[in-house]
Amino acid sequence: MIKTITKLNTLFFLGLLSNVALSQNFKDYSQQVESASISIDMVAIEGGHFIMGNDQGKADENPAHKVSVDDFWIGKYEITWEQYDAFVYANFDASQFQDDSKLKALGIDAVSGATPPYVDMSFNMGKGSSPAVNMTQYAALMYCKWLTSKTGIFYRLPTEAEWEYVCKKGNTDQNNSLSDIGWYAENSNEKYEKTGTKKANSLGVHDLLGNVSEWVLDQYDPNYYKNSPENNPWNKPSKLYPRVLRGGSWKDTADKLCCTSRQTSNPKWKRRDPQIPKSNWWHTDAPFIGFRIVRPKVQPSKEDIKAYWLEAIADF
Amino acid sequence: MKDKKISRRHFVKESSLVTGGILLGPSLFASPMHTTKKEKTLKLALVGCGGRGTGAAVQALKADSNVKLVAMADAFEDQIEKSHGNLSKIFDKSRIELKPSMKFVGFGSYKKAIDEADVVILTTPPGFRPQHFEYAVQQGKHVFMEKPVATDVAGIKKVLNAAKLAKEKKLNVVVGLQRRYQAEYIELNRRIKNGDLGKIVSGQVYWNGAGVWVRPRTDSMTEMEYQMRNWYYFNWLCGDHILEQHIHNIDVANWFIGELPIKAQGMGGREVRKGKDHGQIFDHHFVEFTYPSGAIISSQCRHQPGCFSQVSETFQGTLGTSYTGGGNTAILKSYDGNNIYKHDGENDKNPYQVEHDRLFAAIRSGEEVINNAEYGAESTMTAILGRMATYSGKEISWDKAMNSDLKLVPDEDMLSFNSVPPVVPNELGEYPIPMPGQTTFY
Repeated sequence: MIKTITKLNTLFFLGLLSNVALSQNFKDYSQQVESASISIDMVAIEGGHFIMGNDQGKADENPAHKVSVDDFWIGKYEITWEQYDAFVYANFDASQFQDDSKLKALGIDAVSGATPPYVDMSFNMGKGSSPAVNMTQYAALMYCKWLTSKTGIFYRLPTEAEWEYVCKKGNTDQNNSLSDIGWYAENSNEKYEKTGTKKANSLGVHDLLGNVSEWVLDQYDPNYYKNSPENNPWNKPSKLYPRVLRGGSWKDTADKLCCTSRQTSNPKWKRRDPQIPKSNWWHTDAPFIGFRIVRPKVQPSKEDIKAYWLEAIADF
Repeated sequence: MKDKKISRRHFVKESSLVTGGILLGPSLFASPMHTTKKEKTLKLALVGCGGRGTGAAVQALKADSNVKLVAMADAFEDQIEKSHGNLSKIFDKSRIELKPSMKFVGFGSYKKAIDEADVVILTTPPGFRPQHFEYAVQQGKHVFMEKPVATDVAGIKKVLNAAKLAKEKKLNVVVGLQRRYQAEYIELNRRIKNGDLGKIVSGQVYWNGAGVWVRPRTDSMTEMEYQMRNWYYFNWLCGDHILEQHIHNIDVANWFIGELPIKAQGMGGREVRKGKDHGQIFDHHFVEFTYPSGAIISSQCRHQPGCFSQVSETFQGTLGTSYTGGGNTAILKSYDGNNIYKHDGENDKNPYQVEHDRLFAAIRSGEEVINNAEYGAESTMTAILGRMATYSGKEISWDKAMNSDLKLVPDEDMLSFNSVPPVVPNELGEYPIPMPGQTTFY
């Protein structure tokens, strides 16, 4: 049954691609942030319909249901330490950013930076082009806000639907042996590896499954699929826990590494934070979670952008 | 979590989850002279109401269902109010019985708060710790105090003397060197003492990171208020990061080796972090500690963004090596590369909570009297010895350091926000910075 659905999806996607001419401007690119000496590779993803969820999966993957998402770009790789530290240790003087009027047009009143961590947050697993880990979902989203204010282009985390769309459309867990495309408990050396060391999916996106679990924008609700809207669903968070992560990590066993598995955030991930309130920016015990970014092809209105900049919720 | 306040009644259900069997064990019913029976409400005072102090208060209130916070003290009123507000979001009023008159603000306010309590939490900047600890012990209070326990040699001596008095009075003292309460460290220490690594001959201990917060000066601040707010960068208050953070890793060396160093030499300076708001502390230190058994420990600490970062401890013994560091991982390896032991601590208890679980269990049972003040002072002194070596550029023996009359901290009871602090900036706003080869002693 799972296979049948997937085959249908595949045919559907192929049809979609052959019928819709890709717009000239809508292609892969590399987002340069010269003042921060980083660049982030982005892959163009033609939107469309797909079947989200899995009737044969866990209860929270039910029911499989039709969803459509708009065009967007998604990070070719998980955000690396090099790219993340550019934000953590950035200069937050206003002069560093787009001018005020441009920022306001992007729904940004102010940009603030993560507090520097007291300890080495890579837990000795490597930095540079290895994926950044241990950040909260809020911090990952504030990274997007920082990037937006540096570039004048709206970036955010993927929604759960967008993430699953890229995973399924790219046949990530179908055409390859899992070991060729991802790092997980059975093949990792009990740590993450540099991004992009495994094969990409058919859309050219690396490490969707495994290496580090990836933050998406949604609040976790096991029943969300029962009533979610068809177009661009997003379960906007109102509570701090639990929120959704996708893709599984170097710590997870192979069964977690599929396009439909939903993982949830856990207060335990801050259990060694000695301060009250606990950090808005860092986990102390989550060296297996990271994120990648998304840019919607049609930039939303200022008001719509504002809705994405979630407020921090104090964590006791 | 936000809405779930913890009341006393509710707590009975939770406490067995939090503390395991400790509170409910048979020792509870033994009644030596100094047993504090379970029915007695233990009154708690918080001295130093920053994020860490508030965290410690939460852990104390969670450790024992019959503890009430009755007094708070801080140099700053806003810190007390913020802390009280945060605690009120976690616990209901039955746990925080805090009349407005029980909030004590300013220099010297510690005495009034300590007077009200049975158990005190001492979490101000470390420069004040010796004076607070001495007073608490004199008044017969049980103590949780954060590391480091002093910033100068005079303070170390005060803490060691008070530690003796605490022993005589059978007062429990827990020091916030939480690795001593963390399962993988306890297990590795046990195995090392059991001879699994043979004799330790060398080691490397690290706290290399990017640095910590800065609290810039505002126009309304007196010099004293500025230094108290931005305390990390002033030696009399903080002791430099070799004390304030790296003490954790240095303490592991002392603990695992089971000795204190006889001498130290090293180097350090300010290379990257040297702005006006960065006071007088170094941004890197590298120290070689020599132990009586001949073991040499290299100690590195750095506050420089964009560099190799690591917080861990490794030791080489005659039979193998050990590694402890982030991620709850601990490993003993033989020289042929095989694991002798590997600890996966993903589900271990929060060591900050264990500190308080142990403290309150000991107070209740009266069977065990915990006194961490001595090793807390010794490891603080080891870090001070390292700082003396990097500031002076000289080799310095433990004995010479202990005989120093180094005193950085004035009597708190004599201070006000209009007092002149022990260090002041020159007309350019720069503070005196130690200079290796020129600084004679520090």
